[in-house]
Amino acid sequence: MIEADQVVKHFGDVHALNGITLSVDEGEIFGLLGPNGAGKTTLVRILATLLKPTSGRCTLGGIDPHRDPMAVRALIGLAGQNAAVDDLLTGRENLEIVGRLYQLDRAEARRRADDILERLSLTDAADRQVRTYSGGMRRRIDLGASLVGRPRILILDEPTTGLDPRTRNELWQLIRDLVSDGATVLLTTQYLEEADELADRLAVIDLGHIIAEGTPDELKERLGGDRLMASPTEPDDMARVVSILEQVGATAPYVDDRRQQASIPVTNRIEALLAAGQLFENEQIALRDLAVTRPSLDDVFLSITGKRAETDEPEPAAAGRKGRRR
Amino acid sequence: MKAGTTPTTATAGVTGSQLGAPVRAGATGPRNRSTFGRFVSDTLTMTRRNVLYLVRRPQVIVFALISPIMFVSLFNFVFGGSLDVPGLSYANYLIPGIMVQTVMFGGSNTAVGLAEDMTRGVIDRFRSLPMSRLAVLSGRTMADAMRGIITNSVIIVMGFVIGFRFNNGFGWAVASFLLVLLFGYSITWFYAWMGLSLGNVEAVQAASFLPAFPLTFAASTFAPVENMPGWLQVFSAHQPVTQVVDATRAMMQGGEIAGPLVRSLLWCAGIMLVFGFLSVRQYRKG
Repeated sequence: MIEADQVVKHFGDVHALNGITLSVDEGEIFGLLGPNGAGKTTLVRILATLLKPTSGRCTLGGIDPHRDPMAVRALIGLAGQNAAVDDLLTGRENLEIVGRLYQLDRAEARRRADDILERLSLTDAADRQVRTYSGGMRRRIDLGASLVGRPRILILDEPTTGLDPRTRNELWQLIRDLVSDGATVLLTTQYLEEADELADRLAVIDLGHIIAEGTPDELKERLGGDRLMASPTEPDDMARVVSILEQVGATAPYVDDRRQQASIPVTNRIEALLAAGQLFENEQIALRDLAVTRPSLDDVFLSITGKRAETDEPEPAAAGRKGRRR
Repeated sequence: MKAGTTPTTATAGVTGSQLGAPVRAGATGPRNRSTFGRFVSDTLTMTRRNVLYLVRRPQVIVFALISPIMFVSLFNFVFGGSLDVPGLSYANYLIPGIMVQTVMFGGSNTAVGLAEDMTRGVIDRFRSLPMSRLAVLSGRTMADAMRGIITNSVIIVMGFVIGFRFNNGFGWAVASFLLVLLFGYSITWFYAWMGLSLGNVEAVQAASFLPAFPLTFAASTFAPVENMPGWLQVFSAHQPVTQVVDATRAMMQGGEIAGPLVRSLLWCAGIMLVFGFLSVRQYRKG
């Protein structure tokens, strides 16, 4: 449904995209995971007909967004990271105006606005100006605006960036509900948890390259599956802890001195945990913690890129904007 | 696939039943429209959006009403006594000038409004919709021209208070009003281009008054061009504001209409064509 083939975008000396190739099937939720400045928004803008690639080709529903932008625009719904709604208009007016711009007649635009408001639980706030909305409500109305045209492809650019955890969870639920009927979704996010929650398949993007691709589980597999982690109460016991882990694990344990813990990949998590527990018991080593951990996507990201995923800073909006206008 | 034939039935499921509200699939899909039909309909929609913005920023309306009242009073009472204008009372001389000056300065709202839209990301939404691209601009200029109707009406009312009268018949009075609006509309395209090119609200606010000052003051707006130094007359006698002010004044008070009116209309057409073209190009580039 969405194909990108060697898409390159340079803004002068800034190489935002360095040959992105990806393919999203119909009905799939595809996550594009990456830190700030990875090129996610640039790719979204190219797919959404807002930006021309320097080279490479892409199609949505078989249509090239730069050969026939109007046809692609009729196919997609875009919800951007900036909550692109009109503050001084009410929620209903926002949706109605978008409906009218989809060439719907007045009555149909109104009907769709009402439907969407109800499904987004915004009916009570429908006639209030958007500037009075909370952050979560703004994201919902923005999402709603992207649904007015009943898009077959929904492009969500960082739909929950900046929201508190509870609001984020609500929005995730909403997105799952909205797409459960077969729309194709391209979702960008810098939250590993979000990609894990929503995406059927995902690509990790960094510095304009796709550096890994697969289902969330496949990507976790790449780290070697489960790890057994133990940390002694007494720092002096660390050497003994390491020697016990060596007996239950397959390779050399990894010791994190700062956190005072050691870990080792294991093939059978339950067996390894029970065996290690027995050995610690026999050796009389006091432990602060003993656990089997599954690698998080954060670990995946760390292991591929050698750095932590940045989630704290907002996207460098100013730079991005400059780039898009020149 | 043609732009107008969005697959409604196939996609109805997207907005599906999950949250309870059944969607009337395919009841009324997007209509097939010609490019021009789409342009007209989208322009009206965007005009409505921008008029709602005007209405909901009461301070903008208030200032738009106060500044002409202030200008009329200041110029009339401060300069009126010392300026000698041939054959007319100063009030009758001044009001057409103030009207043109007001639409000239009012144009900066177009620039600021567009720059604001550009930075708020809402323009990305419009760009991603299957709508006429020109309508984003024409809807903006149209809404701003509508504001001109209000401010110019206030000026005329204020003019009546200080002694202004129409002395050339009702028909020409209406025509003069329309000419001012037309000029105001053309000039919004210049400001649209400026807003899109600068793209940042602060820069636009700082820059937008610059062209308005020389154009409205070095003109027949407040004082006859004949009294200006020769080098300045070269500019002030030929620039558009003088033509429009002269034509408006003649239509309101009598005098030679044809010459300045034709030149005014040519200027309006020229400004609209050049800056309409430049604005659309700038918007597409975005």
